[in-house]
Amino acid sequence: MEKHLFLAGHTACYGCGEALGARLVVDAAGPNIITTDATGCLEVFSSRWPQSAWAVPFIHSLFENSAAVASGIEVALRAMGRQEEAKVIAQGGDGGTADIGLQCLSGMLERGHDVLYVCYDNEAYMNTGVQRSGLTPYDSDTRTSPFGRASWGNRYRKKDMPAIAAAHGAPYIATASVAYPKDLQAKVKKALNIVGPKYLQVHVPCPLGWKSDPALTIKVAKLAVETGLYPIFEMENGVVTKVRKISSPKPVTEYLKLQGRFAHLFKKSGGEEEIKKIQQIADENIRKYGLLSETAAAKVSAEKE
Amino acid sequence: MVRTFMEGSKAVAEVIKLCRPNVIAAYPITPQTHISEELAQMVANGELKAEYVTVESEFAAASVVLGASATGARTYTATSSQGLLLMTEVLFSISGMRLPVVMTCANRAVSSPINIWNDQQDSISVRDAGWIQLYAEDIQEASDLQIQAFRIAEHPEVILPVMACMDGFILTHAYEPVDLIEQEEADAFLPPYQPQYYLTPKNPITFGAMLGPESYMESRCQLDRALRGSAKIIEEVAQEFKKRFGRFQGALIDTYFIEDAEIVLVAMGSVISTIKEAIDLLRAEGTKVGLLKVRCFRPFPREAINRALVGAKEVLVLDRAFSPSSGGVLTTEVRAAFQGMERAPEIKGHIVGLGGREMNIETILNIVKDRRAVGREDRFVDLKEALLS
Repeated sequence: MEKHLFLAGHTACYGCGEALGARLVVDAAGPNIITTDATGCLEVFSSRWPQSAWAVPFIHSLFENSAAVASGIEVALRAMGRQEEAKVIAQGGDGGTADIGLQCLSGMLERGHDVLYVCYDNEAYMNTGVQRSGLTPYDSDTRTSPFGRASWGNRYRKKDMPAIAAAHGAPYIATASVAYPKDLQAKVKKALNIVGPKYLQVHVPCPLGWKSDPALTIKVAKLAVETGLYPIFEMENGVVTKVRKISSPKPVTEYLKLQGRFAHLFKKSGGEEEIKKIQQIADENIRKYGLLSETAAAKVSAEKE
Repeated sequence: MVRTFMEGSKAVAEVIKLCRPNVIAAYPITPQTHISEELAQMVANGELKAEYVTVESEFAAASVVLGASATGARTYTATSSQGLLLMTEVLFSISGMRLPVVMTCANRAVSSPINIWNDQQDSISVRDAGWIQLYAEDIQEASDLQIQAFRIAEHPEVILPVMACMDGFILTHAYEPVDLIEQEEADAFLPPYQPQYYLTPKNPITFGAMLGPESYMESRCQLDRALRGSAKIIEEVAQEFKKRFGRFQGALIDTYFIEDAEIVLVAMGSVISTIKEAIDLLRAEGTKVGLLKVRCFRPFPREAINRALVGAKEVLVLDRAFSPSSGGVLTTEVRAAFQGMERAPEIKGHIVGLGGREMNIETILNIVKDRRAVGREDRFVDLKEALLS
């Protein structure tokens, strides 16, 4: 059996993208790390005493201080001459990163701590039962941004966390998806070889919160990338240096229709207009990050002519 | 030992330097700021080999020292008032994970209304956070407390965070002659921290696990027992400090003219010195009055207080913090210490000196003189009736 550093036996739901993401991250990082985690699903399903899924040193303190605790670990290692002993990885969900933990993350990035911060983005507060966060996508139906006669769901677009991290001058920023494990693991390894603060945002489907089939976690994650809704890229020293190209962008409906959180868009009249807005978000991403592969771009320009 | 005339904050920083902390994290807030500024300068001068983290909030300061302490480092932070309240969530996390962090709290009133002056509402409001709380009477004691705090916190039978409290401005900004110990003496008194458990790949353990209804209560009970058990160590450390350096200003409590006293004043912090002066005057007039100084508020020294007060007829407690609608917090706890006992003195509560309101010898003399007028409700001393209408 393959040996993992994030062990089986935890209590995550079937098809949990976050559990898979965490395992891929720590396995890629190897045993010589110290990890922190914010309060949230990951901490709850992995560390209920007397069990722990963590075969690496792990600390959970509060919801909003994962980055500050990691800062403390990093300076402590340095102060005691133990910096060769371990790399530091801070972890948090989207709420713990982009909302309540944003200030601590900002401090960590600004002070230049040699820490890799990993945000597992499942696009809502799942641990408390699916409420919207700053990374919940537009029109998503959550318990605090519900679909109703007067609502299409979440009224706001995803907060641009990579850009916020970049504005701090972090030398390495990347997005990844559990649909592309090799890419994700390569990014973890690359990040750990760069000195300074690193930010990695990993798209991790949540079948419970997204109302998607647990068997389709990878398929759903892949479609988020193939539609352009979740651009996969790397930024080094503030410049986008690499993107995962899309050979032929799929319409966003293919992604949306697999998830109950968007089901209302297909049922209520006027939903087509909302879906158009979501398609626009995908198109913007494709333009902004240059996601089209050369053949796809040539095809598009040929169609225009 | 060198006697130097210096500011209270400087005296504290000098002793912190002698304690050789690995990691310091602090955020500016009046009246704590001079302490963290002094330490920053020491690090900048290369006199203090520590990582000084300029955090973006007190919440982060507490979180940084939490992470550093869990990694096995000796850590220090300092704050006041709103800063301490902003740390509240982390304070519970630090004690719950049994991390021997040391903090200086420069006591200050709490908003709103905003007030930067001294009372003790800040540290008293976090009394349930599971930290040891010690209160200094003067600058000498405030500086001596710091090194004792590390010894107590890191003692293998304790492993708990310690809050060394000193009244803001009155002790942080005033100048007094202070006896400072030398580095070799400090090193002999406070050897390097030897953590039993810490974050390292050599032994990958989980800190901060989730505990359910089947085990959470026992964990809280262990914290309670550890805090109660620390009383013995606080006593031992104060005695050893006395033996080495010749100074003793109490362990859990201290007393002044209490043996034959009919009236005993009870208080914490810098007002103790003022009370001693007032007692000298009253004794000269033949009034049998004495003092019980509560030096350690957590663990609450119930038995020591019982023993000290059992002969008194009247006990006048002075509180610099209160629980609205309930009364002075120290008063409430002193009263509770006598609950169910046959011989109990009459205990009267006085809420004094909130938000820096002047307290002088006259204030104390009046409290003793007017004590008959105090009923069951704690009295706010020196209220301006005109401002209440």
